Amino acid sequence: MATQADDKGRFGQFGGQYIPETLMNAIIELDEAYTRYKDDPQFNSELETLFREYANRPSRLYYAAKMTEDLGGAKIYFKREDLNFTGAHKINNVLGQALLAKKMGKTRLIAETGAGQHGVATATAAAYFGMECVIFMGKVDCERQALNVYKMNLLGAKVVPVTSGTATLKDAVSEAFREWTNRIEDTHYCLGSVMGPHPFPTIVRDFQSVISRESRAQILEKEGRLPDAVLACVGGGSNAIGSFYHYIDDPGVQLIGCEAAGRGIDTYETAATISTGRIGIFHGMKSLFCQNEYGQIAPVYSISAGLDYPGVGPEHAHLYDIGRAQYVPVTDAEAVEAFEYTSKTEGIIPAIESSHAIAHAMKIAPKMDKDQILVVTVSGRGDKDCASVARYRGLEIAQ
Amino acid sequence: MSTIREAFTKGKAFIPFITAGYPDLETTKAVVAAAQANGADLIEIGIPFSDPTAEGPVIQTANVRALEGGVTTDLVFEMVDQLRKEEGITVPMVFMTYANVVYSYHEGGEGELDGSDGSDRGRYGFCRRCAEVGIDGLILPDIPFEEKDPFRDACRQNGLDLISLIAPTSEDRILKIAGEADGFLYIVSSLGVTGVRSEITTDIAAITAKIRSVTDTPCAVGFGISKPEQARAMADQSDGAIVGSAIIRILDQYGKDAAPYVGDYVRSMKDALRS
Repeated sequence: MATQADDKGRFGQFGGQYIPETLMNAIIELDEAYTRYKDDPQFNSELETLFREYANRPSRLYYAAKMTEDLGGAKIYFKREDLNFTGAHKINNVLGQALLAKKMGKTRLIAETGAGQHGVATATAAAYFGMECVIFMGKVDCERQALNVYKMNLLGAKVVPVTSGTATLKDAVSEAFREWTNRIEDTHYCLGSVMGPHPFPTIVRDFQSVISRESRAQILEKEGRLPDAVLACVGGGSNAIGSFYHYIDDPGVQLIGCEAAGRGIDTYETAATISTGRIGIFHGMKSLFCQNEYGQIAPVYSISAGLDYPGVGPEHAHLYDIGRAQYVPVTDAEAVEAFEYTSKTEGIIPAIESSHAIAHAMKIAPKMDKDQILVVTVSGRGDKDCASVARYRGLEIAQ
Repeated sequence: MSTIREAFTKGKAFIPFITAGYPDLETTKAVVAAAQANGADLIEIGIPFSDPTAEGPVIQTANVRALEGGVTTDLVFEMVDQLRKEEGITVPMVFMTYANVVYSYHEGGEGELDGSDGSDRGRYGFCRRCAEVGIDGLILPDIPFEEKDPFRDACRQNGLDLISLIAPTSEDRILKIAGEADGFLYIVSSLGVTGVRSEITTDIAAITAKIRSVTDTPCAVGFGISKPEQARAMADQSDGAIVGSAIIRILDQYGKDAAPYVGDYVRSMKDALRS
């Protein structure tokens, strides 16, 4: 069902395993372990328990009545991943990978982080499982998200500020790969999105697919029918693929990924990979990347540290290629408006990442009929973004 | 016999690595000439990439500086063309770069590469230019055995060798990689990224013994080598030694005046391999 990677780890022409030889046996070992455990009842029962008892799943499917009324069109539902423990969808993937790493006998987790949400989630899982933890975070992001750096330290993780390149998410990913090359035996690289070499895009997708597994059942229960569209923000694309996955075989459900356009897709200050990128090979995968005419990876920009990445997961590139999903750019200005609007209208402060998806819902809902339904994934909570949105509005507040 | 294999017919080979355009392309030309004059058997030229994930800090910085200085893939091709035509460089030269530089290449930066047909234009266009200017092979650290075929096909069609890498973790993979190797085999001496190391603990002799059981393709050891005695020890267990970061450090220190210093260094390393 849905889209699956072939035995060479490809979704259509995208994906693959473009990594140094040094890591190949580690990746093969991971693939074998995942193949063994993914259908193992014991593994899945342990993961279900962690999701329920530790991460507060299932997350709510919330009817945004005020917003629906105010916009005057389609009914809007929020899939509340912001209510998960650690405040975002990231914990779904991290608990799955940490449990898998534990089964594989690994004692140390390393990870990259942009906004800090995946880093905090990984540090949390490492604390829970009693594993050593090192998080790579761009120096610029460490400054943007100082509170999350503190949280990771509090949870017992070491945070390494990355100064190479643009000192943001892509550089943190590069540095985490370098560290994994350096220490493989006891270490699992807990990649935070549906990217990198096979089998990561599949593993992360499967653990995040709990979002659409739940939302599909929840909307059927509440409305007796499937939604007309599912919306989610896309950086690497993990919450989006998780939100789409169980609807891929339902042709009546539109899948809409909302990319960070930054200051606009006609500027260089953008992170909208599908709107502005082209096919390339980077960070272990063939996919779409923002790059120059010689294949040099472009510096990208978004107000959202979590979407500030020059690539997108291979399964998204494929869904775009075959026309199953559409991807739309949303600017900083639109996302900030949605951030403020949702806070005032629903009393929910969404992550600035998720605000990109809400912004697009605000655009399309008024043009739709009142009996149509949108499901928007609120991938995380927005507390972490208050300082940067305030700054965007010209207000300096202490973090 | 490929020109690359010939580089291994005069005793143990010494293979220096230089990032093209660090600090500028004129210096790179002078350094390549000095390396050949002082006994380099094969020269690895790095085409800079924005995000060189297999490199340690020394070569990362050289990549960034070269790109900041305006180096492009086409300018590197022109430089190699001049080395062959004007500077009398006759030793084999290989490019070391990353998959996307090859995959995304389109000469002169013209036209758009998108859609599934674009992929082969990049690889074939790049390899054709390599052959035109006198490059003998490619080293692509982010192309493992599983992904090599489309790249190797483009190389072979243009008479280039795609060099395969073997790592300390390769174990059971050694036989299949070595069995299909072109040119020479690049043995990665240690875990981690490129950079000077005080000690190399991998059992290189065990790796070369496995390689020898399936092929007579020469093998050279790289990653972490900086001193003559290290080069000697590595070459004793293989057919040659590759040095990158130690040379880039000389360029860090002497900048545009680095050529004679790199020349002296290459001589000292080659002498150690002769002894």
